[in-house]
Amino acid sequence: MAQPDGLLYSKEHEWVKIDGETATVGITGYAQDSLGDIVYVELPKAGKEVAQFAAVGVVESVKAVSDLFTPIGGEVTEINTGLENDPALVNREPFEGGWLFKVKLSGDAQTSGLMSAADYENFTKES
Amino acid sequence: MYTPHTERDIAQMLQTVGVDSLDALLRVPDAVKLREKLEVVPALPETGIVSRFEELARMNPGASCISFLGAGSYRHYAPPAISALAMRGEFLTAYTPYQAEVSQGYLQAIYEWQTYICLLTGMDIANASVYDGATALAEAAIMALNENGRQKILVSRAIHPNYRAVLKTYCDGLDVTIEELPVAEDGTTDLGELASLTATKEYACVALQSPNFFGVIDTPGSAGQAALKESGTVLVAVIAEAMSLGALQPPSQWGAGIVTGEAQSFGVPVAYGGPYVGFIAATKEHLRRIPGRLAGKTVDSNGKEGYVLTLQAREQHIRRERATSNICTNQAHCALIATIYLALVGKTGLRDVAAANLQRTRELAAAVESIDGCSLKFSAPNFNEIVVCVHQPARHALAKLEQRGILGGVDLGRYYPEYDNCILMAATEMTTSRDIQTLAKALHEVVHVHTSTRSGPAASDETVNV
Amino acid sequence: MSDHTASPLIFESGQDGRANRYFERGKGLDQFLPREVLRADLPIPDNSEMDVVRHFTRLSQRTFGIDVGFYPLGSCTMKYNPRVNDAMANLPGLRDLHPYTPDAQAQGALRIMWELERSLSSLFGMAAFSLNPSAGAHAELAALLIAKAYFKSRGETKRDKVIVPDTAHGTNPASAAMCGFKVISLKSDKRGRVSVDEVKKVLGDDTAVVMMTNPNTLGLFEDHVHEITRAVHGAGGLCYYDGANANALMGNARPGDMGFDLMHLNLHKTFTIPHGGGGAGSGPLGVAKHLVDFLPTPYVRKKNDAFVLDFDMPKSIGPMRSFWSNFAHIVRALAYVYANGAEGLTKVSQLAVLNANYLRVKIREFLETPYDEICRHEFVASAQALKKETGVRALDIAKALLDRGYMAPTMYFPLIVPECLMIEPTETESKETLDAFVDALRDIVETAKGEPEKILAAPITTVVGRLDETRAAREPDLRWRPRSSPAKA
Repeated sequence: MAQPDGLLYSKEHEWVKIDGETATVGITGYAQDSLGDIVYVELPKAGKEVAQFAAVGVVESVKAVSDLFTPIGGEVTEINTGLENDPALVNREPFEGGWLFKVKLSGDAQTSGLMSAADYENFTKES
Repeated sequence: MYTPHTERDIAQMLQTVGVDSLDALLRVPDAVKLREKLEVVPALPETGIVSRFEELARMNPGASCISFLGAGSYRHYAPPAISALAMRGEFLTAYTPYQAEVSQGYLQAIYEWQTYICLLTGMDIANASVYDGATALAEAAIMALNENGRQKILVSRAIHPNYRAVLKTYCDGLDVTIEELPVAEDGTTDLGELASLTATKEYACVALQSPNFFGVIDTPGSAGQAALKESGTVLVAVIAEAMSLGALQPPSQWGAGIVTGEAQSFGVPVAYGGPYVGFIAATKEHLRRIPGRLAGKTVDSNGKEGYVLTLQAREQHIRRERATSNICTNQAHCALIATIYLALVGKTGLRDVAAANLQRTRELAAAVESIDGCSLKFSAPNFNEIVVCVHQPARHALAKLEQRGILGGVDLGRYYPEYDNCILMAATEMTTSRDIQTLAKALHEVVHVHTSTRSGPAASDETVNV
Repeated sequence: MSDHTASPLIFESGQDGRANRYFERGKGLDQFLPREVLRADLPIPDNSEMDVVRHFTRLSQRTFGIDVGFYPLGSCTMKYNPRVNDAMANLPGLRDLHPYTPDAQAQGALRIMWELERSLSSLFGMAAFSLNPSAGAHAELAALLIAKAYFKSRGETKRDKVIVPDTAHGTNPASAAMCGFKVISLKSDKRGRVSVDEVKKVLGDDTAVVMMTNPNTLGLFEDHVHEITRAVHGAGGLCYYDGANANALMGNARPGDMGFDLMHLNLHKTFTIPHGGGGAGSGPLGVAKHLVDFLPTPYVRKKNDAFVLDFDMPKSIGPMRSFWSNFAHIVRALAYVYANGAEGLTKVSQLAVLNANYLRVKIREFLETPYDEICRHEFVASAQALKKETGVRALDIAKALLDRGYMAPTMYFPLIVPECLMIEPTETESKETLDAFVDALRDIVETAKGEPEKILAAPITTVVGRLDETRAAREPDLRWRPRSSPAKA
C-alpha cells in the first residue's frame, strides 16, 4: 500500500500529519494490513498530555493486539469518535477517515526519529 | 493405568522412532537425574480404590449431620436431571471451545449462562464465569482500578471475610489500599461516611454484599447511590447466595456497575469447598475490561447463526502481560450445571425455593428466639441466614452442639472478635421442621448447661475439637 | 454431528404455566419481606423437564470431548478421564461435606488432601504443595505473590523483573503483570531452548523470578536447566516451573531436583480430572523449603494422628479463593494416583513420550517438523512450506481434521513457529488411533496439494461452517434479550 507523501512515519507504524499547531495521528496502511480486521481501538482521553513515543492506547484485531505509540508529543485535543461504532474505518481508510486522535503540539514538539514516506516505504520492505 | 499399549506395540513403536528403549526417550542430564525413591500412595485395582474412598468418606460424619452451616456455601436441592445431563461425556471431557464448529453445544450453553446471569442481576453483560465468589470480587476490583486509575478501594466489613481476604491477597500484589466501612447496629453496612469518603474521588470502587455475610439485605439507598454516581465511584455488588436473586431486587436497581457473585447454590454440590462458580456481570461500559471468556453469537460462511468465543484480544493468550486478567480457565462445567438448574426450575421454581428458604429461616429464627439465653443479633430484614447471640463464646456452644450431632453454624468470633458470642446459622429448603426442633432442644440444653457452669474453665471445651 | 438445523435457545421454548414441581408451593414472598426489597419481575422462562433434558442432550451432541474422539491439543494433555474418579467425587460422604465442617467431623476429607499433597511433593521433589489455587494460572499468580512477599521479607524490594521465555504460555506474563512485576521476554536459541547466556545477560539484582516450562512448549527438554537455575540462584532470584507439561516427566525427573523453587501442576492435564469445557480446574502449587511459610491459607497438616486445616500462618500471602480447594478434583486426582502408584505414573509419562515421538516420525514424512529431534510429550509441526506451495494454512488443516472426526491440534502457538501445529497425543491413545490420525493428516496434506479448495472449504460436515469472528467482535452479541427490551449489549 502506498504511503501518502507529506506525512511523517514512525518505526511503530504510526503516521502523523502536522498542520500548524495541530497534528493528526493514525496507523499506517501497512500496520492495519498486518493486524487484520480491527475490532476495537482504545484511545487516550482528550485533555491528556502525551510524550512522544509513549504508549497511549491499544489497537485490537480479532486475533492480535498492538500498543499504540504516539509519534508526537502534546495535548490530546480530539479523538475520532466514529471509530467507536465503526473500527473497520481504520482498515478501510487508514490515512483518512480512520485517523485516531489529534494533538495540540507542545512548544518543544519533536519530529526527530520520524521518517518520510519514502524512508518508511523502505523500512517496511526491510522488516 | 489407562494405557492401551501392549508389549508388542511398544516394541514396534520404539523401532519406528529409532531408539531401543523407553529410557532412551526420557534421558536427562546427570545433574537432574531422579535419585530418590518416590513416596506415593500405593497402586490399587479399581475395587480397592472404591473401598479406600468409601472408607475415607465414612471418616466424614459431618457430611450427614443436621447442619445449619451456610456462610457462602449452601445445601440446596438439585434435581437429578442435572447430573444426568451435565455428566454426559461430551460436556465433561471437552476442552475450552476453541474450535467453534465442533463446540456449538457448549458455546450455546455458555451464551445461555451469560443470559441467565444478566436476567437475574439486571445487568447488560456477563462473562463465562470465574473461579468463585471471592475471586470474582477481586477481578471486579481490578476492573474498576484499571478503569478510573484510582489506587484505593472501599469495602463493607459485612462482605464475606474470605472474599475480603482474597481481595487483600490480590491487592497486595498490585499495591492497592483497601479500606473498610463498618457494620451498623442493625447488621447493615454503616454508610454514614460514604458520601464524604467518595467525594475525595480516591476510591475506584465501593463493594457491598447483599444479603451480606450476616444474611442481612444491605443495599446503598438513594443517597448512597447518588454519592457514588457523583464521585464516579463504581459500585461493586457482591451476591454470595445466588438463590436470593429469585426474590430480591436485582443489583441493577440499587446502582451496581459491576455485579459479582457465587452461583454454587444453583445445583453445585458443597463438596467441601469446591469447585464452585463465580460470575461477573456489568453494565455495557465495562465490556472491554471484563476478564475471562465471553461467548458471542455470529454467523457462519452461509449466514447460519452460530456461537464463538469472542473479544479474545482482551485475554492472556493474546495480550500476555497487557491482558485484563491472567485468568485462563473459567468454571464452564459448574456454570453448565447452574444453567441446567435454572432451566429446570424456571421462574416459578426460583420463587418457590426462595419462599421456602425464607419460610425455614423465619421458623429457625422463631425457634431460637424462644430459647431463654439466645437472641437475634440483628434487626434488619434478612434472607436465609440469621445471627444468633448465645451469650457465651460461640465456639463453646458449637462444640457442645457438635457432641449432639448437630453442626450449629459458623462461629462469628473466627472473623469478628466483637461478635465472638454469635453464631451464623443458615436454613434452606433442605432444612426440615424436625431439624429446627432438634436444634432448638439441643441449643436450649447447651445454653442452660453453660449457665450452671459459667465459672468452669473454658479449657474443658477446647478438648472437644481435638 | 449430522443434525444441521438450528438449536433454539432455552429462552425461546419456555411457556408460563409449564413449571416443574421441585419445591413446595410456598407463601407469597411479600409474606416475609417488605415489598420494596423484592424484585418486581423475573424474566426467565418455565420449561418442562423433558424439554430441558432434550435441549441439553442436543447441546451435548454438538460438543466434541475426549469421549467422542482423539483430542491431540498440544499443551492441554487431553487424556482419558477415568469414570471411577467421578464416582468417588460423588460419594455422599465427600460431595455433601460443607467447607465449614469442623476438622474432627471431616477427617476423611482432610486425609484425602494430605495424601495427595504428600504424594505430589515426593513426585515433583518439592517440600510442600498448597491445594488452594483453582487453576494453573491461579497458582502462577499465587507463586509470584509468594516471590514478592519473600523478597519483601528479606528487604529486597528492588527485585521487580520476571523473565519469561518467548515460548511460554500467555498466562506467565499476564500473572507477572498482575503482581506489578515487569516482564522481560527471552528469545529462544536455534535449538528451541532457553539459552544460558541469554539468561545470564538479563540476570541482576533486580531479578525476581525466572519462569520456565520444561519440557517447553516445543516439546523439548531444557537440557541446560540446571545451569540456568544455578545462575538464577547465584543472582539471588527464584525459579518457577510451569507444570503444564508435567505429563512428560512425572516419575522420571523432578522439578525440585532441577533447582526450581516454585511450581504448579494442572490436575486437569496430568492427573486426569475432566476439563469440563474449560474448567473447573485445580492448580496445586509446590514450593521448596524456604518458601513453605508463604503458602496460601489454609494448609493441611497432620498433627499427632489427626489432620487439621492450618489458617495460622503469619507469613502466608493469604487465601486465593473462597474455600480451601477444588476438593472434588482433589478426590479425582488422588483416585488416579491410587490407580497408578509411583511405578504406574512413571510409565504414564514414558508412554506419553513414546506416543508423541511415534507421531512425530510418522508426520514428518509429509509435514515439516522444525525441531526434529527426540521430543517429549508433544512436538510442533509447521504448515509454512505447504502454505507457500498451496495456500493451505495451519488453520485450514485444523478445520479439515474436524471433518475427519478429530479435534484439531493447538494452532499458532508457540508464537515462534510460523503456521504452527502443536500436537500432544497423550499416553491413553492406542497405536491404532495414532495410525488412523496420521492417515487422516496425510490425506489432508495430499488433498491440499491437488485440490486445495477442498481443504480451504473445510469444515463441511459440522453443524456450522467457519464462523465470522470479526463480526462477533465488532458487533458483540453476548446474550439473549426478552422481546420487550430492544437494547443490544
